[in-house]
Amino acid sequence: MSAGTMWAVVLAGSLGCYLLKLAGLSVPAAWVQRPLVTRVVEFVPAALLAALVAVQAATSDGGLVLDGRLVGLAVAALALALRAPFIVVLLVAGVAGALVHVVTG
Amino acid sequence: MLTRVHGVPRSARSATLRDAIGLGVAVGLYGVAFGAAAVGAGLDPWQAVTMSALMFTGASQFALVGVLGAGGGALAAIGSALLLGTRNTVYGVRLAPMLAPRGWLRRAGAAHWVIDETTAMAVAAPDRELGRLAFWVTGATIYLGWNVTTVVGALGAGALGETAQAALDSIVPAAFLALLWPRLRRGATEAGVQRRVALGGAVVALALTPVVPAGVQVVLAVVAVGLAGRPRARETAA
Repeated sequence: MSAGTMWAVVLAGSLGCYLLKLAGLSVPAAWVQRPLVTRVVEFVPAALLAALVAVQAATSDGGLVLDGRLVGLAVAALALALRAPFIVVLLVAGVAGALVHVVTG
Repeated sequence: MLTRVHGVPRSARSATLRDAIGLGVAVGLYGVAFGAAAVGAGLDPWQAVTMSALMFTGASQFALVGVLGAGGGALAAIGSALLLGTRNTVYGVRLAPMLAPRGWLRRAGAAHWVIDETTAMAVAAPDRELGRLAFWVTGATIYLGWNVTTVVGALGAGALGETAQAALDSIVPAAFLALLWPRLRRGATEAGVQRRVALGGAVVALALTPVVPAGVQVVLAVVAVGLAGRPRARETAA
C-alpha cells in the first residue's frame, strides 16, 4: 500500500468516525425518548463492554487464546469484588499478566 | 432520567476526578501499544499520531491497523473502523441530554471526545453535573495521554519489552471489566438483565471471532441486547 493510499485510509477513517460521533449528539431528542430506544441504549454498553472484555482477554489473531490475560482478568475481577480502587484493579491485572508471561516464558 | 441518589456530594466530586484521571492514565498507557501496532502494520509515526489525534477512538484505531497488518484492503480497514465507530453514535445519543452542548462549535468539540471511556464515566456519575465533569476531565486526560503515548509507541516500536507488552495486554481487558462491573453489581438498575446481556455479548463475540473480520464480532455482539427483552411500562418511566 502506497503512502498516499495509507494517508487516504487514515483520513477517511478519521472523518467517518468523527461524523458518527457528531451524529449521536445531533439527532433530535424525540428520537431518543422512545421506550424501545432508551431500552436498547441502556443495555448496549453491557453487551459491547463484555464483548470487548472477552475479545481482548481471550482471543488473538482470530482464534481463542488462553494466556496471562485471563489470569489478569480473574485477578481484576477479584479486586473489583473486593471494591478495590480502579487504578489498583488495573495495576494488579498488569502485574498478574506480566508474571504469567515471565513464568511461562 | 437517572435517579441514583446514593453518594456524598463532596466526596463524589473528588471520586469522579480521581477515577477520571486514573482511567485516563491507564488508557493513555495503552496508546503505547497502539503506536507500536500502527508502525508494525506499516503506518509511519505521523500517520499513527494523526489517527490518535483525529480518529480518537481506540477500538476503531486498533481495528483499522489490525486489518491493515493482517493484509486487509483499504475498504476493509476503513469499514472495520466505522463499524466499531457506530458505538460512539449510540453513546452520543445517550450523552446529548447530559452534555446539552450550546452552539455548533461546542457540539463539534464535545463530539470528538464521545468514546467508550468518557461515556462510561459520565453515565456512571451520580448526577448530571458530575456526569459533565467526568466527561470533560476523562476526555481531556485520555486525549492528552493517548496522543503522547502514541508518539512514544510509534517511535519506540519494537523496543517495548515482551514483559511490558504482556502487562499492557492484561490491563486493557481489566479496564473494560472495571467499566462493566458497576452495571452488574447487585443493587444496580436491573442488574440481572445487565448480567444476562453481558454474558450474551461475550459469548456472541467469542463465537464469532474465528469467522468474522477482526473487530466485527464486537459490533455484532450488540444482538445480545435482545436478551433484555421488551421494555416494560413500569421501567420506561425510570
